[in-house]
Amino acid sequence: MIKIWSMKKEEESAKKKKPKTSPAQLRVQKDLTELELPKTMKTHFADPNDVLNFTLTIEPDEGMYKNGSFTFTFAINTNYPHDPPKVKCTQKIYHPNVDLEGNVCLNILREDWKPVLNLNSIMVGLQYLFLEPNADDPLNKEAAEDLRRDRSVFSSNVKRSLTGGAIKGISYDRVLVK
Amino acid sequence: MADVQAASSQAIAGPSDWKHRHKHIDKILDRPGPSTDEAFQPGTTVKTFLREQCKILVIGAGGLGCEILANLALSGFRDIHIIDMDTIDVSNLNRQFLFRDKDVGRPKATVAAEFVEKRVPGVKVTPYHGKIQDKDDDYYMQFNIVICGLDSVEARRWMNATLVNLVDEENPESLKPLIDGGTEGFKGQARVILPTITSCYECSLDMLNKQTTYPICTIANTPRLPEHCIEWASVLEWPRVFGDKKLDSDNPDHIQWLLEQALARAESFNITGVTWNLTQGVVKNIIPAIASTNAIIAAACVLEAFKFATTSAPYLNNYMMYTGNDSVYTYTFEHEKRPDCPVCGGESRTLEVRKEWKLEKLMDLLKEMADLQISRPSLSLSGKPLYYQAPPQIEESTRPNLEKELGQLLEEGDEITVTDAKLPFTLGILVKFV
Repeated sequence: MIKIWSMKKEEESAKKKKPKTSPAQLRVQKDLTELELPKTMKTHFADPNDVLNFTLTIEPDEGMYKNGSFTFTFAINTNYPHDPPKVKCTQKIYHPNVDLEGNVCLNILREDWKPVLNLNSIMVGLQYLFLEPNADDPLNKEAAEDLRRDRSVFSSNVKRSLTGGAIKGISYDRVLVK
Repeated sequence: MADVQAASSQAIAGPSDWKHRHKHIDKILDRPGPSTDEAFQPGTTVKTFLREQCKILVIGAGGLGCEILANLALSGFRDIHIIDMDTIDVSNLNRQFLFRDKDVGRPKATVAAEFVEKRVPGVKVTPYHGKIQDKDDDYYMQFNIVICGLDSVEARRWMNATLVNLVDEENPESLKPLIDGGTEGFKGQARVILPTITSCYECSLDMLNKQTTYPICTIANTPRLPEHCIEWASVLEWPRVFGDKKLDSDNPDHIQWLLEQALARAESFNITGVTWNLTQGVVKNIIPAIASTNAIIAAACVLEAFKFATTSAPYLNNYMMYTGNDSVYTYTFEHEKRPDCPVCGGESRTLEVRKEWKLEKLMDLLKEMADLQISRPSLSLSGKPLYYQAPPQIEESTRPNLEKELGQLLEEGDEITVTDAKLPFTLGILVKFV
């Protein structure tokens, strides 16, 4: 056998050893503890010892979705950051980029995810969806169509949906800030 | 000289050996070459090690694994272990040449081991049909070399992290070369990882090709390809209909259900080309395997194992990529270690503390380490937060720990994981009570 140990002795890094924590957990620790969320966003951990599963609540302080309170679940698997976290909206909301099952159309959650992105990028991206709903990538086609046709009608639809009203026969969850 | 050689070949000859069995291999092992390492000891010593002592582990008995096993056995390795969790599928038979029609449904590891033992007398192949995660550090410690022929990023990351963790400062035997092969269609790579010395698998994670994914809005609204319909069925319809029930891509009933949904959707959008094979391919993210790519990459991997075992030539430093899309192209370069790699990067220090000290005091000690420049450390133990600076809820729930005594929170030998925005790597703190 080649004696690779002798190379190790010469290496300055000889003292290095990795803690027995999974790479995904290490990365999540770094992501979470360096989060700098604006006051419009808040994380909640059902079990503070399980940092891989939590919810994020967004309460936009401007735009059409102002006064709404939107909750997303984050599920991070052991292959993070190779795999993006799984993010879903827990409420039935009227939004062009969120469908009635809570699926979210945000490019960095799927096709544009890269390991250099982090939890902060996703949270900022989610908040942006409420400031600038995007009619070009629709998941709720009706909502997207409304937005494209008449922004002010769309805006009043949003207001009604936040209070738990129905739009075109579909009733939405009441998501007003308590 | 002739006598010595005769004696040496006799010394390592088993009952199943025949004259000139290793004639061609021995040409390499009986004399040094122009770039042979100084430590090379031609003749008996090296042959005995290769044929009688060296224990090698192969992970994966698929396309690469079959080639690797055959190559190892024919180059003189005699104590080979093989792990694979899969069973043989009929679609494997075109390239996984250790398997026959009658073997379909049987464990790959077992069948591969039987075949090699029968075909190459004197070689012992020990199979394990199961997951690499079933085995512990003691198991991996028994091998001299590990070769991976895997198709999963997750399994590679696990194996890599396990071998990096295995390295024990007190024990040279704990450092095992990891040779990793991988292929995707006409492309492949072979690399050598010397845990804690060279760049590891985790260091290069950002070089991976992205999986093919489609924007969810395209899937939902404007499908144009058969793949869009299949993704719609698996990503949107499955959770809608079955809720939390997990989709099992190995379950034919699940694939069948997806196929039916995808077919119906394809029809309503006038899309053709949704088939069983494509459905399975999209769901499992299968890239067509090319036998010749596997053969080339497996040969490169086994050559590295042979060089490690025998010292007969310098080993690969450390990454060889191969592209066979048009012409035959290889490029070899030294992939560099990432100082902030969560697996092999970082640093570990032993800190002497007293049981009655509070966690807060340990935090202060960390901040006082002048070479680190830590200002807001976050601490965890085995993945669980001890004290996090953020987010607010965790900061609050872990704050009481600051007032607790270390004796309550930790045990001798525990390793605390420290991160800090200013620290470009992860710091491990080994607790030593004094």
